[in-house]
Amino acid sequence: MADEKVNCIVVGAGPAGVSAAITMARAGLSVVVLERGEYPGAKNVQGAILYTQMLHEIIPNFWKDPKAAIERPVTEQRLWVMSDDSAIQLGFKSDRWLKEPHNCYTIVRVPFDQWYAKKAEEAGATLVCGMTVSDVIRANGRIVGVKTHDGEQLLADCVIAADGVNSMVAQMAGLRKELRSDEVALGVKEILAMPREKIEDRFCLERGEGATNEMLGKVTQGMLGYAFLYTNKETLSLGIGCKLSDFQRTRVKPYELLEALKNHPIVRRLIAGSSSLEYSAHLIPEGGYHSMPPLYADGILIAGDAAQMINPTHREGSNLAMTAGKLAGETVIEAKRRGDFSARTLSLFRKKLEATYIIKDLEDHKDVEEKVQKIPELISVYPDLLCEAAYEYFTVDGLPKRDHQRRIIARIRRQRGMFQLLKDAFRLRKVI
Amino acid sequence: MSLEDKLGLLTYKSDTQAHIHIVSPKPCIEICKDKPCTTACPADVYRWEGDKIIVSYENCIECGACRMVCPFDNIACHWPRGGFGVKYRFG
Repeated sequence: MADEKVNCIVVGAGPAGVSAAITMARAGLSVVVLERGEYPGAKNVQGAILYTQMLHEIIPNFWKDPKAAIERPVTEQRLWVMSDDSAIQLGFKSDRWLKEPHNCYTIVRVPFDQWYAKKAEEAGATLVCGMTVSDVIRANGRIVGVKTHDGEQLLADCVIAADGVNSMVAQMAGLRKELRSDEVALGVKEILAMPREKIEDRFCLERGEGATNEMLGKVTQGMLGYAFLYTNKETLSLGIGCKLSDFQRTRVKPYELLEALKNHPIVRRLIAGSSSLEYSAHLIPEGGYHSMPPLYADGILIAGDAAQMINPTHREGSNLAMTAGKLAGETVIEAKRRGDFSARTLSLFRKKLEATYIIKDLEDHKDVEEKVQKIPELISVYPDLLCEAAYEYFTVDGLPKRDHQRRIIARIRRQRGMFQLLKDAFRLRKVI
Repeated sequence: MSLEDKLGLLTYKSDTQAHIHIVSPKPCIEICKDKPCTTACPADVYRWEGDKIIVSYENCIECGACRMVCPFDNIACHWPRGGFGVKYRFG
């Protein structure tokens, strides 16, 4: 491999890197994908929900591929607002989501990533696993390749850094600094085994359908974040993610938070009878628009988590990574046509991204976290208040309804105040 | 379920070469009061014993959080050599 030069080196065989590799290999470019795990997915963790449209644009009708490692099409989404012993549930279920193309699927990342990386190989890209990049190679101020941990040098017209949230490559290239603890969330998760039929009975699903549950409130123990429970074919994905700076502040241990979640009376019933198969942890880049690094420089592009392309309020990330990977690939194809891999040509990547939902959504959601954090009562007061109000409203104990309603209003007045409640609602109007 | 049980579910390809180093023992001993690495790490890689930090790098699940929580940029956490480290089966 030493003196060979390829058109593009992609670092990372996740959704962004593989999407870029497929796009370029199909256009006849020589592409090498370097993956530090022993196999694709070995280091990757996601909830995981995969939105269909963006992958469909790369692998048309992928859900019809019998080998496609997808779990269940989601037909129901539920949101739980939780206090210590109660929960309010909001949900949406639709048979329209049963029609192809489905809105989204639950996936398990390791088999999914293996399947997806195979598609890049089939398109003609070379996948090298077990390879860590130790540095970038520069010549005349531009990136011209990478050094691997075993001392080899690999040269290319262009490098795509798709190496995830910690992106060492973007840091080595000087495009990004180490992230701060308030720019990321730390997620911990377990995969729980449960028989197919039991999952379907418990979550009211017909054969093959899937459901998602997101949980807010007391389960995050005062930290900004949420928990999730997704149904896979024969497993459940249960996890919780909170701002890393909040873990730092509260000194709550991530795995104890996960244990407490598993023992919450609502969650306990949903996972009863399951057994744990795997524990995992991962960082989620949540700095969003404000934390986005420059997306290109001479001879290099950054895509996916490495470039903070995550929309946490809508649990979107892998779909952004796929679109960004595809656009990065298209940009390199154009650069090759022009015979120019300078920042000037590669800036096309940014323009392409601006024309999609990616930059627009990230821009629209850029201040969400800040807005939510300005109202700490959202986490500390409201979930309990809502659950208490519901308890009061639905409990029949011989008191007239009007007395119950008075009690609810008195409680709101005491804990937050009517004016403050309206003010909070107004301040949050643009959060969703 | 204890952390030991959770970590026991995982497969690792252990490297004899540590991929995590404390840059200098001084800040940990002399200045760092909170020692956030000992609470924020999801695999309890950092443990304070007596007067020094014990780094169980072989338990690391490679999230990268330690580097960001260290107030003194005193943790050098690189990736294990290619192919080594945690091997998720589900992810």
